[in-house]
Amino acid sequence: MDMRILTCTVNGRRVQVGYDPRESLLDTLRNRLGLTSVKRGCEVGECGACTVLIDGVATDTCLYLTSWAEGKDILTVEGLQAPDGTLNPVQQAFIDEFAVQCGFCIPGIIMSAMEMINSGKTYTRDEIRKNLSGHLCRCTGYQNVINGVERAIQIVHDSCGEQEQEQE
Amino acid sequence: MYDIESLYEATSVADACRALAEDPAAEVIAGGTDVLVKLREGKGAPAHLVSVHELRDELDGVRLLEDGTVWVGPITWFHHVTINPIIQATVPTLGEACDTPGGPQLRVSGTIGGNVCSAATSADTGSTLFAYGALLDVESVRGKRTIPIEEWYAGPGRSHKERDEVLTGIRIPREHYEGFSGYYFKYGKRRALEITTMGCCCLVKLGEDKRTIDDIRLAFGVAGPTPMRALDAEDAVRGTDVLDAAERIGELAAACTNPRDSWRASRDFRLQLIKEMSKRSLIYAARNGGADI
Amino acid sequence: MQELREVGRPVVRVDAADKVTGRAKFTDDLCPKPCLEAKILHSTIANGRVLSIDYSAALEVEGVVAVYTCFDVPEFAYPVAGHPWYADSAAAKRDQADRRLLDDRVRIYGDNIAVVVAEDTVACDRALKLIRVEYEEYPVVYDALESLKGTNPPVQERKPDNIVAHTCAVTPAEKLAEAGYETVEQALEDPAYRHVAIHCESREQSQVHIETCVSYCYMEGHKIVCVSSTQIPHVVRRVIGQALGIPWGDVRVIKPYIGGGFGTKQDVHYEPLNAWICKQLGGRCVRLELSREELFWDTSGRQPKTFDVECSYGDDMRLHARKIVAYSNTGGYIHHGHALVLNSVNSFRWLYHTNEVATHSEAYTIHTNGPHTGAMRAYGVPEGNWAAECLMGDIAYDNGWDGLEFRLKNVYTDAFVDEFTPGGVVAAHTCAVPECAQKGAEYIDWYRKRAEYANQTGPIRHGVGVSFFVYKTAVAPFALETATAQVTLNQDGTVQLQMGATEIGQGADTVFSQMAAEAIGIDTEDVHIVSQQDTDVTPYDSGAYASRQTYVSGTAVKKAGETLRAKILAFARRLSPDAPGELDLRDHAIWDGNGEKVWDLPAFALEAYYNLDAADQLSAHETINVHTNAIAGGCTFAEVTVDIPLGQVTVNKIINVQDSGRLINPRLVEQQIHGGMAQGIGYGLYEELQIDPKTARVLNPTLLDYKIPTTMDLPDLKADFVEKPDPTGPYGNKAVGETPAISPAAAIRDAILNATGVKFYVEPMTPQRLFEGFKEAGLI
Repeated sequence: MDMRILTCTVNGRRVQVGYDPRESLLDTLRNRLGLTSVKRGCEVGECGACTVLIDGVATDTCLYLTSWAEGKDILTVEGLQAPDGTLNPVQQAFIDEFAVQCGFCIPGIIMSAMEMINSGKTYTRDEIRKNLSGHLCRCTGYQNVINGVERAIQIVHDSCGEQEQEQE
Repeated sequence: MYDIESLYEATSVADACRALAEDPAAEVIAGGTDVLVKLREGKGAPAHLVSVHELRDELDGVRLLEDGTVWVGPITWFHHVTINPIIQATVPTLGEACDTPGGPQLRVSGTIGGNVCSAATSADTGSTLFAYGALLDVESVRGKRTIPIEEWYAGPGRSHKERDEVLTGIRIPREHYEGFSGYYFKYGKRRALEITTMGCCCLVKLGEDKRTIDDIRLAFGVAGPTPMRALDAEDAVRGTDVLDAAERIGELAAACTNPRDSWRASRDFRLQLIKEMSKRSLIYAARNGGADI
Repeated sequence: MQELREVGRPVVRVDAADKVTGRAKFTDDLCPKPCLEAKILHSTIANGRVLSIDYSAALEVEGVVAVYTCFDVPEFAYPVAGHPWYADSAAAKRDQADRRLLDDRVRIYGDNIAVVVAEDTVACDRALKLIRVEYEEYPVVYDALESLKGTNPPVQERKPDNIVAHTCAVTPAEKLAEAGYETVEQALEDPAYRHVAIHCESREQSQVHIETCVSYCYMEGHKIVCVSSTQIPHVVRRVIGQALGIPWGDVRVIKPYIGGGFGTKQDVHYEPLNAWICKQLGGRCVRLELSREELFWDTSGRQPKTFDVECSYGDDMRLHARKIVAYSNTGGYIHHGHALVLNSVNSFRWLYHTNEVATHSEAYTIHTNGPHTGAMRAYGVPEGNWAAECLMGDIAYDNGWDGLEFRLKNVYTDAFVDEFTPGGVVAAHTCAVPECAQKGAEYIDWYRKRAEYANQTGPIRHGVGVSFFVYKTAVAPFALETATAQVTLNQDGTVQLQMGATEIGQGADTVFSQMAAEAIGIDTEDVHIVSQQDTDVTPYDSGAYASRQTYVSGTAVKKAGETLRAKILAFARRLSPDAPGELDLRDHAIWDGNGEKVWDLPAFALEAYYNLDAADQLSAHETINVHTNAIAGGCTFAEVTVDIPLGQVTVNKIINVQDSGRLINPRLVEQQIHGGMAQGIGYGLYEELQIDPKTARVLNPTLLDYKIPTTMDLPDLKADFVEKPDPTGPYGNKAVGETPAISPAAAIRDAILNATGVKFYVEPMTPQRLFEGFKEAGLI
């Protein structure tokens, strides 16, 4: 099959990239766009290491053909830091809560956490567990990861509250 | 990278039908969570794919038709079935079943139609759609037809949908759900990312006393080569008190199912699950219907 | 406990920021693409010989570059375990060489018989399907006891009876005589004591690191460069040299960040084959990644084992004598060999040896056609612990004794020295297990819950359980323990630290940085550790395994740090000969004996680099040999709910309390405990590589069918510790990396026993086994 051109938004930037239609979005993001935070762990949607946000939805990119990404808005961990390098609250919370060990599954988990953060809702610990249940991690027992997500949600909500108060 | 020979992004259902008719090797891909996994194992490689992934206007979403029929678009994600207000108001047990496959990411790629088309006995929506008596609309260049779920399955992993047909809608008529409360019980060895060891869906319509079973549907996944109803068990408890029925239904269900021995679970263990899960599903379904038991 | 400045501080991990931003590079992230892809052709039989391979059709596939078969590769046999090599003077200690790059003698299902190299992975897959293989087939044996009866031909020709090793350590006659016995059997059968015998089994667990095993190779000049996801870069370099028959200096191995190893990556995998392919193709870059499925059966999991255990014990709760006979199934290849089952039977003995007059520890490692097995976190000890704790749990239950009190009566003490280890090297210089148990019991509310859960009926029941554990730190005196560290003062007063010891997610880089800072007298934040190992420039270390690095490599860090500190102070003295008193380095400065500042450290460092008379890049490079060992211990307490009709166990609450000596970084220790507990819970309830006994084929090589716990399957994990500095550790520290994985399974077993009165002997206690057990007990 001939190469095709994908036009979409990646980490806030409009991107055009040539791809082989046999590729998964995981292949294209890693090999053609250099977004190596998107990890390959199983290729069959069982580990969650390749999770990114597609139009705001946490999705396994290993089972997502690149062709389907046409016109979509894609966010990876590389797109989370502020322009001056300041870490996103989820990233900072993961550091502070010692959520990171080998770090291989972490970018994917952070993206699922981002989906929760972006919803503007609060989550119980059990709800966080359920929302992270598509990620396998072998280092952490998930304990500090869940603590990290809890803390990030808390931080974001507290700062939203402050902004609202300022506006009042 | 997948071993794909051709990939056609259909622009409409009619376009997909045409593409499937033109290439005798072509098959439909929707969410990709079954087709791509099998393709990676070499099954169906090199693949000729006709993608309906982007046909959201025609195939996505849930609608309540004028006659009260619930229409579910086949490329509706599991998660979107679960959170849909129409589903929650009419066929909530289907929404609950759709909350059980895989993990959250799978449930926003995997589709309800794909779950039906892959025709696995372990598919979490299979038993529930059986209990609801779903009607499945398919279309090809040769025309349209409707296949009741009871006639859908041809064997393990095989359906009576022809290769060139596209599943275009899943319908649940009003009389199949009105007055019923239900419960879907998925038994897995862990609580997420799990293939179903045994799936049990019980729908029950209680009498005004909230104790008598006016009607009941009891369906299973993995109790045989395809999803199935336990019709004899249903007949035996219809009209009886729900607590009495709960005591009897396990043995009755076991008698009309035929699980197999495999390295995933023994036949004996599956029969035990059928017995226990039938009982609990009936009780939970009745509680959901207002029974104070 | 003496207060230290940097050691003991909960420093943020040095790699955390890189890992949350995606900047941390793992092997495949660095691979220049597109490159050539290699994929293995695996045998479809488990025992036999390849007669011929027809790959003509495969070569016709578009994109295929080459196919190499078992008939093309060099004859060199090589060992793959991540162990030190030995010089000719100690050649007997070398691991046995039983692997070839590709082999016509098929010993396991999926053995490596050919390899396809192509422009992309799809071309590889298409070509693999077209290769035709003709075999001569031999009967398949998977059961270890069956294999002991002998097979024709033997699995490995050099082991005609299929026994890799058979060892037996028995209490010596003179010690038995003191107790009035001639044999251990007499002590076991003494009618003055009660007697119990059990049979228990542990099945194969897989490591399931989320990063696969992947390497890529290319050539620079005459050198082969191999970038690999490994725990043991220096071993990989040596083995590539051995496998290709080339000087070891012609090989350069680079190890970036790795996505978990847990022992899998303590084996050399396809790096030698990949290096050889690369060389055949003129040094073009070749990538070889194992699929998730291949990882399950083509890398080494935890050895499955069976145990026959006997015990005599007194009415006073004291163990009198124990005997264990262990049979370990190493599969078709030796890999880590007999060391694993030795760890099982040794830890069985060590844990509760305090009152015993006689012991018998016997072990077999046996070849079968099963998947080859090897190192996994805690290296044989979880299996031995399972046997030890099944026994303790049963005895306490049968006699109505409190399981905690019973264990405390028999657990090792700080006086313990293993009588069977040469030189008494394996010893508990300290023991905080009783204090650990007290903490655990309080957290789980042991006494109240045990009373509350007595005499339950009904389908849903609750229970609490306990398990102790013991583990040695590092591998002395059984194997060489050496490590090297290098520290260099930078121009700004900070320090570079280079280690051959590897960061594999456990936090090694962070604790090494802390130890270096402590020894030098600077802040951890002023230590720049080079995380990546490159065997061309990195000091030698055998790598990450055996919970050895903080203890062994840490000793090298401490020594190098102290040497650099001495060099800094000597150079400062030379620059400031008149400064009064003894010079001191602290708080970013050099101070005289009166507490006056002589130099700011950055200014001093600049002076050292560029002094017109005596410029010196101050550095220290220290190699140490460690001949000591230290016993670590601890316990797990667990509370479970058992749904009997559904064969379901839910862990509601669980705590691990560790006696790991002084903690270098308590938050990192807590991380290790969490992860180890999760793996231990998985081992107890979910994880089993299922193997078809007829074909020796793995039935469940996917993440769907091999069940590691998800977020929904684990309760909140509680980690705690009791700190008693060990006199032999560089900063009083001893093993922690592997230890938390040992005891959760047995504690859950004990809790199920408490809840239901049903004794389970096979781990994992899967729903199927729970159902069968409850049915047999008449509860279903």
